[in-house]
Amino acid sequence: MQVYGLDRTIREQPFFAGLQEAFCMLVCGCARNVRFEAGQYLFHEGAPAEEFYLLRHGRVALELHGPERGSVTFQTLGPGELAGVSWLIPPYRWTYDARALTLVRAIAMDAACLRQKCEEDHHLGYEMMKRFMPILIERLQATRLQILDVYGSPGQ
Amino acid sequence: MLPRIGRIQRRRRDGPEIWTIEIEPEHGAAAFVPGQFNMLSAFGVGEVPISMSGDPAEPGRLVHTIRAVGPVSSALARLEPGQPVGLRGPFGSGWPMEEMAGRDVVIVAGGLGLAPLRPTLYPLFGERARYGKVVLLYGTRSPGDILFRRELERWRRRLDIDIEVTVDHAGVNWRGHVGVVTALIPRAAFDPLQAIALVCGPEIMMRFAIAALRNVGLADDAIYLSMERNMKCAVGFCGHCQFGTVLICRDGPVFRYDRLRDLLAVKEI
Repeated sequence: MQVYGLDRTIREQPFFAGLQEAFCMLVCGCARNVRFEAGQYLFHEGAPAEEFYLLRHGRVALELHGPERGSVTFQTLGPGELAGVSWLIPPYRWTYDARALTLVRAIAMDAACLRQKCEEDHHLGYEMMKRFMPILIERLQATRLQILDVYGSPGQ
Repeated sequence: MLPRIGRIQRRRRDGPEIWTIEIEPEHGAAAFVPGQFNMLSAFGVGEVPISMSGDPAEPGRLVHTIRAVGPVSSALARLEPGQPVGLRGPFGSGWPMEEMAGRDVVIVAGGLGLAPLRPTLYPLFGERARYGKVVLLYGTRSPGDILFRRELERWRRRLDIDIEVTVDHAGVNWRGHVGVVTALIPRAAFDPLQAIALVCGPEIMMRFAIAALRNVGLADDAIYLSMERNMKCAVGFCGHCQFGTVLICRDGPVFRYDRLRDLLAVKEI
């Protein structure tokens, strides 16, 4: 049986693909393996964004809830995707819930640890930003399409 | 230009405001290729273009799927079995069925856009060995809006087709994908260097889908889309459906993307 170290697991994540060795070691210092059972929440709206998650296995629903609508899922995530971006920007609080739809295995990144390392080494910070920006842009574009409600009846 | 008469055989609700009607033409079958449309008239109300949504191997049973939003489409959707309907067609260009042979086929459909693509699925699935990987990516508004749900569920059980369905939003009981259909494209398993893509849905969704297909490496001449405009005569006389240098009814509705590339971003047309 092959036993993988966390560094190798991190290198295999699409988000960290091609990351320099030195940066990888810095990032590994902030990472740990986590597991969530189906139905368990990775995080809740309003709580401090202390960790974000790189999904290795399973699926996660991002949800918002309202008094008359109950919980509404606006995005689902799968292996290779990243759950949580609020840790990047003050006030570092989650703006939605993340719920495991299945058993989830993920790498949890300590947000304060990574933010501090990015402050200390701006090259690492820039590298992280280059990796986060496409995800943020992709989500912004997806949100635009969802807001436009393009599948609704014309004029609705 | 004169409509023939057909009779409604069946009528089925396929979603909120969506109805599928089956028409038997009174004067024999009318062969069509996937992607073509008929002009359907509700007598005394008017005429509208509606894509074929049935199996091209059954030309004696014309199937159309309609969103009942305007007076004509609502009148068509209300027709009961046995009532007459006016038929002109089939018109327009079809999906490139021959070019698809031997290649991976990626179908990206949004909302009611699955209806004009369904006629391609019957031959694709029926002659499965003729094609490479077949991937159907379908996005719609919510789980209650999924078109042809039973058929999709049946097709998903096949092991030689990849079908992914996503919705824009869902309640907690939905176990499938939530998010835009374009997000499924980078995750889909196909070879972009030899794949051909068929895209149909709201125009904004098609523009995003085409961008995602190009991002994963599909060439502009490997992407086809079906356009919708205000088609009236259906034979290129009246000019109502002019789209820059093309007439959608005569030159389309199915176009290769490189022909429309420079027109799609021009909001004035």
